Amino acid sequence: MSMKIENLCFSYGDHEVLKGINFSAEYGEFLSVLGPNGVGKSTLFRCMLGLLSPTGGGAFIDGKPISSMSAAQLARHIAYIPQSHNPIFNFKIFDVVLMGTTAQTGKFSAPGKKQVHQVEEALKKLGIFHLRDRGYANISGGERQLVLIARAIAQQAKILVMDEPSANLDFGNRIRVMQTVRKLTKEGYCVIQSTHDPDQAYFNSDKILALYGGKVLAWGTPQETISESLISTLYGVDVEVCSMRDDAVRVCVPRKAK
Amino acid sequence: MKSPLLENKRLSYSSIIVIMFIGLIAALICSVVLGRYPISLSELGGILFSQVFDIEPFWTPVQESLFLQHRLPRIILACLVGCCLAAAGAAYQGVFQNPMAAPDILGASSGAAFGAALAILFHMSRSMIVVLAFVCSLATVAVVMYVGHKAHGKRVLGLVLAGIMISSLVSSGTSFIKMVADPEDQLPAITYWLMGSLNGTAPKDVLLALIPMLVGLVPLFLLRWRINILTLGDDEARTLGVNTKHLRAAIIIASTLVTAASVAVSGVIGWVGLVIPHLTRRIVGDNYKYLMPASMLLGAIFLLVVDDLSRNLLATEIPIGILTSFIGAPFFIYLITRDGERL
Repeated sequence: MSMKIENLCFSYGDHEVLKGINFSAEYGEFLSVLGPNGVGKSTLFRCMLGLLSPTGGGAFIDGKPISSMSAAQLARHIAYIPQSHNPIFNFKIFDVVLMGTTAQTGKFSAPGKKQVHQVEEALKKLGIFHLRDRGYANISGGERQLVLIARAIAQQAKILVMDEPSANLDFGNRIRVMQTVRKLTKEGYCVIQSTHDPDQAYFNSDKILALYGGKVLAWGTPQETISESLISTLYGVDVEVCSMRDDAVRVCVPRKAK
Repeated sequence: MKSPLLENKRLSYSSIIVIMFIGLIAALICSVVLGRYPISLSELGGILFSQVFDIEPFWTPVQESLFLQHRLPRIILACLVGCCLAAAGAAYQGVFQNPMAAPDILGASSGAAFGAALAILFHMSRSMIVVLAFVCSLATVAVVMYVGHKAHGKRVLGLVLAGIMISSLVSSGTSFIKMVADPEDQLPAITYWLMGSLNGTAPKDVLLALIPMLVGLVPLFLLRWRINILTLGDDEARTLGVNTKHLRAAIIIASTLVTAASVAVSGVIGWVGLVIPHLTRRIVGDNYKYLMPASMLLGAIFLLVVDDLSRNLLATEIPIGILTSFIGAPFFIYLITRDGERL
């Protein structure tokens, strides 16, 4: 048992965004969250990360409600990997990753030898050790995404929440980042990503969570969930789901206009 | 990112900070010796030692009183003010995720100016001018923080907008005071104060300013690693385990305290808080672990040197605020237009 969401509700004022969400994700599992724009994926993630307080229900890590944890305690369990963004200041890659270890040190102290070691390990694990002295602003979007993943690894949290990790990346980087993330789940990390790409979700995930109208429309293995009717309902488009490589790959293609 | 100064000689950031410290000591000694009434190095040593040991004076009593009552306090204050403004500027840039943030972004300077103008209008003593400037500066920032807190939307943006609005409101108050002030003596005094000057610094002023400055500088120095995290924005910082609300409040309060104390004793000295942190970023990078102490040292050196110019360049004193703008603005233009630099 790792992340469990129980009957989670959230409203912005009178506007009910999430209406009783239930699911869970295990260590070693890759969960992809699908849903149209504005369905509340980000709101759900913000609730899981403790950035928003749910108006009903809650999120639990190893059975413990996250509302009872401090920011520092929560950071030891769950890490957030944002989309690779343009930084305001040009920190060194090493320092960016080192920031992941902040929760492990006292308020008035900078990270020490142990944290530096963790950062080196994380950089090596993601194959970007050679970038350590470069500036975060001077590397490519794909490399930045790997740096942010390295930061989450250095944070030593076992649950990684990724906000559309493959957005803004070119075709090759998208595949490389996904392969890296897949390897992490094999090592026991629990990865929860939001995505707009059902093909990629089918190919990489262990479980799919489809959100629609503030509720869970489907939750299960990719084989059980990714279907023509699900995609049509979620996105309001008529698609054909083609199966390839003995159903290891499913590709959603729009139907020809009649 | 390679610093241009480091491309050939690979100096560590810690050794750069040590070099800056040595530079500050050298600038201190030069500043004591420079001046209309010369004091030689041996006389300086003699006066300093005579405070602790019993030495037969080989200097004149005028030299001793000039040094202890005027030059030394002024030099110390120049260092402190430079250090504070640069530290506050660097801290605000991190907290507001805005490289253009300066120490007066929350209205500290305009508040102090209003307080000083008010005190001059009511013929208050010099120390009362300092006290009223300090109080009005803090009050202005408090109002800005309250309005920013009430504003809808993004917290940081709300604070900055509130800072602009309240500053302009307070400045109109200062303009009003200038209008009703006696044009014979009060108006020039207010105008002179607004230009910023360390002229006439008394030992009492140093002690008055030292307490709020230290209360602010110590947390800024100790929390410097965590300012890095705040530059990432609220969501990321919180998921990294930082209580952003408390940390941001602590850093804003500490920065405000040192800014208010600085402008209260020295008047409005612009550009130091913007230019020095930027120059320092080019030398030691953006990591606040090094950026904060290096900014503090460089700010102290800069203002000390500029104050020496202000004392010695012309027969009459040039207000230091004019000089910092005169040097700071062109230098900043040079920094942002230099080849291969990104802001």
